[in-house]
Amino acid sequence: MDSVRYDRTGSGTRIPLALKILIAGGFGAGKTTLVSALSEVRPLQTEEILTGAGVDTDDISGVEGKSTTTVAMDFGRITINDDLQVYLFGTPGQDRFWFLWDELAFGALGAVVLADTRRLADCFPSIDYFEQRGIPFVVGVNCFDGARRFDLESVRRALDLDPDVPLVLCDARDRQSGKLVLISLVEHVARQRGEPVPAA
Amino acid sequence: MLTEPPGPQHEWLDDAAGPVVRPYTLTGGRVRSAADGFDLVAFVLAGPEVDAADPRLSPEHRRLVDLAHRPVPVAELAAELDLAVGVIRVLLGDLLARGLVAVHEPPAAAPLPDDDILKAVVSGLRAL
Repeated sequence: MDSVRYDRTGSGTRIPLALKILIAGGFGAGKTTLVSALSEVRPLQTEEILTGAGVDTDDISGVEGKSTTTVAMDFGRITINDDLQVYLFGTPGQDRFWFLWDELAFGALGAVVLADTRRLADCFPSIDYFEQRGIPFVVGVNCFDGARRFDLESVRRALDLDPDVPLVLCDARDRQSGKLVLISLVEHVARQRGEPVPAA
Repeated sequence: MLTEPPGPQHEWLDDAAGPVVRPYTLTGGRVRSAADGFDLVAFVLAGPEVDAADPRLSPEHRRLVDLAHRPVPVAELAAELDLAVGVIRVLLGDLLARGLVAVHEPPAAAPLPDDDILKAVVSGLRAL
């Protein structure tokens, strides 16, 4: 596969390899903030439109009256080198957009689940999602201003995390801090290599 | 109901009011792309000889071709044109069918990149 990616195209342009990393967590956990802190370009937004059509029809005639919803997904880019780029995608925060997660998660390297200790339960659905699909993830405990520091072990117990899932404190506004979260994810992915891929 | 006909300046036409043109109008009502795929991080590249000024192309098609003179992922095209990903996929399907762009999907069969790539990512991140 890689040989295809790195082949020169007819025009002599190299096509980089893009790795996808998802930034998940409950509403207000700091997903957009983390993407902004890490992205080398202003964070971009891409949108998907939800309508009654599109699921099993080929046009939208007749559904003009149906309400449509636009879901915005934040994304950012980190260029590693000419051949390698990392794309960060913030996942839509509401449960009814799960189906968009499937698209985002397809082929993803892994995920960062941001946890807000004031509302720890908000990140349970994200953790469940990645556990069920065997997608490697780390949990970043976003230390908000004024929130007291938490003992990581008690957070781990509260989240019922597997012992091998990295749990790190972070400040989503801080690039260096966010960078360390991503590094812990990539190292976690590397450790999982060679082990059987869990059944989805 | 409005009591006055809409004029050129409307205070209610702001970002919160949403798009003025229904998004799939640009695709002639089509919500399905002619081709499958177009992952968010699939790279689109216009052919070297493709002229974005081709009169058979819509303005949105032309902008896509223009942007794709360097490899650019689907998600960035959607952000640049400020259009939904679904709309972009339909437009790209048109361009693909006419042979105006090539699409390079990410390798789906290899969920985990090899160690060299992961090492490069870690050292690249450390250098940030």
